[in-house]
Amino acid sequence: MDRNEVFEKVKKVTIEQLGVKEGEVNESSSFTEDLGADSLDVVELVMALEDEFGADIPDDDVQNLKTVGNVVDYLAK
Amino acid sequence: MLLKGKKGLVLNVTNKNSIGWGIAEAAAEYGAEVGIGAQNADMTSRVQKLIDGNDAYKLFEIDFQDDAQMGVLVEQVKRTYGKIDFLVHAAAYAPREDLQGRFIDTSRAGFSLAMEVSCYSLITLCRAMEPLLNDDASVMTLSYLGSTRAVDGYNVMGVAKAGLESTVRYLAADLGDRGIRVNTLSPGPVNTISARGVKDLAGILERVHERAPLKRPYGQRECGLNAVYLMSDLSLGVTGQLIYIDSGFNVSGR
Ligand SMILES: NC(=O)c1ccc[n+]([C@@H]2O[C@H](COP(=O)([O-])OP(=O)(O)OC[C@H]3O[C@@H](n4cnc5c(N)ncnc54)[C@H](O)[C@@H]3O)[C@@H](O)[C@H]2O)c1
Repeated sequence: MDRNEVFEKVKKVTIEQLGVKEGEVNESSSFTEDLGADSLDVVELVMALEDEFGADIPDDDVQNLKTVGNVVDYLAK
Repeated sequence: MLLKGKKGLVLNVTNKNSIGWGIAEAAAEYGAEVGIGAQNADMTSRVQKLIDGNDAYKLFEIDFQDDAQMGVLVEQVKRTYGKIDFLVHAAAYAPREDLQGRFIDTSRAGFSLAMEVSCYSLITLCRAMEPLLNDDASVMTLSYLGSTRAVDGYNVMGVAKAGLESTVRYLAADLGDRGIRVNTLSPGPVNTISARGVKDLAGILERVHERAPLKRPYGQRECGLNAVYLMSDLSLGVTGQLIYIDSGFNVSGR
């Protein structure tokens, strides 16, 4: 999957999970600071991303996934 | 409709991945009225979104460490349902630190907390709800194979689950005179918020699915269906038992 495809999917899941508007989500958006997620929201978002991408994202890695761009980098690898 | 006319509680649910939610959904599908528990105000507002507009469900708030709240819950349930036919205990907690290191380093505080929330809570819950339970009612809790085997990373939670499984047998003895049944469902690992506290959950899940005899996945749905069996009259005469819902992993020598 190319990076842009990954970004579009991450964006879609983020909008669904956090109930934010499309225009609010860009690579530099921080889940907690810009998109209003609390820690439980973040775990639920991660679990939804796991389903969408068929990937495992262990909690130890989640600490480093602060922004949408971080997640795209992580999943595009 | 296997559960038509039956009413009961599933305590607690956090989100759609919760095993409790899988059980609540299956019970409602088979015709039951289901009271769902949420641990605090934040969880309540989240769970409200899951049940919005569906009058098969009611929502209650309960933290098992709060005795006063337990008293309030009993009153609310009495007002809402009168008597109940099933009671599902689906809650556990251990501090993350105690699930990450070596078992031998388990802290005293972590041990007590895990035991209180994951094991003692079933005793307090049954004591509080006993007057509301109909004859032949069905009580169940959720355990895990880590109670009887040393599973990497399950640590103090395994000890709490061993206590919980024993608690089920003693409660079955106490409540049997009115036909009330108390049993344990023991699913294999399922990806839920609680399970994520266990180190290398993904590895454990992979090994279970690789070695289990049944080459079909199990999860929230299968837990729900087995819970429906225990809630229904199909399981009359069954108490103090444990049912594994793990695609048979526990019997595999592989
Ligand atoms: N997920 C698994 O792999 C697995 C396997 C076997 C057994 N179980 C058991 O299933 C049950 C449900 O867990 P789950 O995996 O669905 O995770 P979950 O996180 O969705 O549910 C755990 C629930 O416990 C509740 N809880 C924790 N502390 C509480 C307290 N003090 N008072 C009241 N409620 C409290 C939480 O609010 C939450 O709703 C637990 O007993 C768990 O040990 C889970």
